[in-house]
Amino acid sequence: MASIEMKNIVKKYGDGFPAVNDVSLDIADGEFMILVGPSGCGKSTLLRMIVGLEDITSGDMVIGGTRVNDKAPRDRNLSMVFQNYALYPHMSVYENIAFPLRLAKTSDAEVDKLVKEAADVLELHEHLERKPANLSGGQRQRVAMGRAIVRQAEAFLFDEPLSNLDAKLRGQMRTEIARLQRRLGITTVYVTHDQTEAMTLGDRVCVLRKGSIQQVASPRELYEQPVNLFVAGFIGSPPMNFLPATVQGSTLETPFGSIELDEKRAAAVAGHDLLLVGIRPEYFEDASLVDEAKKHVGTTFTAKVDVTEWLGDQQYAYIPYEAPEAIRTQLRDLSRELDAEELRTQAIVSIDSTSRIREGREAEFWLDTRKVHVFDPESGINLTRDAEAGAELTRMATEDREEQVAGAAGGLTGGTPGSGSTAA
Amino acid sequence: MRYLFRPPATEAAALLSLPWEQPLAEWDPALLLDVPQRGISRHVVRFVAAEGAVFALKEIAEPLARKEYALLGEFVEEGLPAVSVLGICIDRPDDQEAILVTRYLEYSMSYRHVFSSPRSQYSTSKLLDTMVVLLVRLHLAGVFWGDCSLSNTLFRPDADGLQAYLVDAETVERRPELSAGMRRYDVDLARERVGAELLDLQFGELLSPEIDPIAVAESLPGRYEALWDAVTREEVFRRDEQRYRVAERLQWINELGFDAGEIELVHTPEGARLRVQTRVSEPGQHRRELFRLTGLEVQENQARRLLNDLRSYRAWLEQEGGAPVPETVAGHRWMSEVYLPVVQAVPRHLAGRVAPAQLFHEVLEHRWFLSEQAGRDVGTTAALRSYLDSELPRTPAELTTPAVLAGGPEPAS
Repeated sequence: MASIEMKNIVKKYGDGFPAVNDVSLDIADGEFMILVGPSGCGKSTLLRMIVGLEDITSGDMVIGGTRVNDKAPRDRNLSMVFQNYALYPHMSVYENIAFPLRLAKTSDAEVDKLVKEAADVLELHEHLERKPANLSGGQRQRVAMGRAIVRQAEAFLFDEPLSNLDAKLRGQMRTEIARLQRRLGITTVYVTHDQTEAMTLGDRVCVLRKGSIQQVASPRELYEQPVNLFVAGFIGSPPMNFLPATVQGSTLETPFGSIELDEKRAAAVAGHDLLLVGIRPEYFEDASLVDEAKKHVGTTFTAKVDVTEWLGDQQYAYIPYEAPEAIRTQLRDLSRELDAEELRTQAIVSIDSTSRIREGREAEFWLDTRKVHVFDPESGINLTRDAEAGAELTRMATEDREEQVAGAAGGLTGGTPGSGSTAA
Repeated sequence: MRYLFRPPATEAAALLSLPWEQPLAEWDPALLLDVPQRGISRHVVRFVAAEGAVFALKEIAEPLARKEYALLGEFVEEGLPAVSVLGICIDRPDDQEAILVTRYLEYSMSYRHVFSSPRSQYSTSKLLDTMVVLLVRLHLAGVFWGDCSLSNTLFRPDADGLQAYLVDAETVERRPELSAGMRRYDVDLARERVGAELLDLQFGELLSPEIDPIAVAESLPGRYEALWDAVTREEVFRRDEQRYRVAERLQWINELGFDAGEIELVHTPEGARLRVQTRVSEPGQHRRELFRLTGLEVQENQARRLLNDLRSYRAWLEQEGGAPVPETVAGHRWMSEVYLPVVQAVPRHLAGRVAPAQLFHEVLEHRWFLSEQAGRDVGTTAALRSYLDSELPRTPAELTTPAVLAGGPEPAS
């Protein structure tokens, strides 16, 4: 296993257009890093430069301390998992996992040790002697992972592995990959356009836009302390609401009433005419259901509800709002860039599932103003981001990961056969 | 549901009545054609026959189906050896995947057959070389396969040789030019896949015992590099030898089955530096010529062989008649007096095992063989009789091309 360091990586194609533009990213040994962004952001190109499929125009790609820019894909010893795996009908599951080792003329004893360890981790032990024809979809994918494991690669790479699976298998495989990665503690780079996959799988997530890194942070930091409008809008489902606002002293005027800012945030937004306030759906609540003791940390406003969606355990209300043309254009551009469909001039508000708020009527809402962010609509910069609080969130995630990697160490490689199961 | 296909696709109409709304795996077997000896697929694949032609149906996710449909269309237009695509069916009920429809490559063989039959006339070495030619062709055309394997390749006899076709373009990416990394990745993947596929045959006791899967797989990258180098390398030589060296190189490239697109010759202090931009055009000179004279559509090596026979027949006609015979007349007479009598002599129970042009080639070979043994020309009639009695029946029945199994007439190619 190895770390992957990228230093000022640039990829230009024939037309001179930089598909990847000055990307520097350190992926720690054992870390699960997600590369995420809308189509055309450069995430796949970046992965392919790690694998060796794409030439690197400039910059250094360093794997396990060695510069690999000029190394052939095979000599980088990385494993692209499930890339078009095939299962061979006459071979047992055991041989289906073992064959890369057979082709490398590995000794029978070594093959047996590696295959059995991998089978332990993958819980395929009882299927080893079977033929693959009768395996379930999930088990087949696990055989593919087994092949990657026995190769003892420096890192696992995934390029949108779940995009062509049906929803059920996709969910199942997501859990499976997460569990396996934690258990093996193997450096993993995973490309996806799906922010849910990004948030649920990664130790850290690298958000890319037009070939440049926007932010690299733990999922929680991205969610709570996004650096800009792009990251704020990309991460989270349903997405963050952006309301137009003007500022007077420490007060923001929004379509949903005034929002009082604390001193620090008021100072950060001073001097701007027009602003965008970013509010996550769950910062809202049906005012009638909010505890009196808590009400003072937010504001209350009345608005007409367009639609409500009751989902059993949660409920959403959609509240249209007015926005100046400049802001509407801005939001339209943003949704287009995020590959999102809706034009966001209605707020999506999460309310308690017991709320009796009804469609087409005026209702009173409460808004927790402590966590709202304020963005400069021109530059997109988050003016109220608390970098320290964000760093703390990522630090906590890193500590968790290091604990898990330490727990996994020796579990698979170098351990006695069967000891893999104790690493969980 | 929606069907997309490119005209002319008159066959498509015959397929419209199939139960596209049902999962392919649940189609009534009565609608399907059982095609033996196929490769391994991750998807549900079925075969159907309509109006004497056979089609392969593959269920895959819509974006992949659309991509493959577009790419296979491009390939055929450019003369790259790939299966021909008919169309796709999308927007099927219950969010089912799309179905991609390709025309079955008649008279093709899968690797399973070639490697399984101990008396196969094709050596492992020839088979690998054919596959390597395919990969080099694709790479020169900027095609990254991403899934090169024996299962995704079909082989078709072409006179003394074989021609390989790409069957699955699901993972293909097209670039103006491939990076060395992409080419190597493709080759590494091919090496691994070929090794695994042969191991699989070995486990199934289907592999001829003299074949070592690992050794075969290991020889693939070297074969690829040698061919790639032969068609793309830059050469430096003395100025006084440049004339014949350039000619030599171009001839060599043509012999390997490639065309030179552009030749760049730079004079430097060390000598002349030759850079040849190799192009993959369909090796088609003989095919086109034969088509013009006879209307026959066959493969390149077969065409070369048939043209030779046509030319000697024309010479014989001129000698007999004592007057020049226009080539179109000769073509017409050769068709009705030589070619058709041979290919139409195949009894019904042996029909469809060998493509007509290939059969004609094999009869000529057989005639040569018999004549050499006899020390005199035995003539085509005797050679044909002997071939139909003793040679053709040795081609396994399972190689019968599906169009004939489906009760259709023998497809020309």
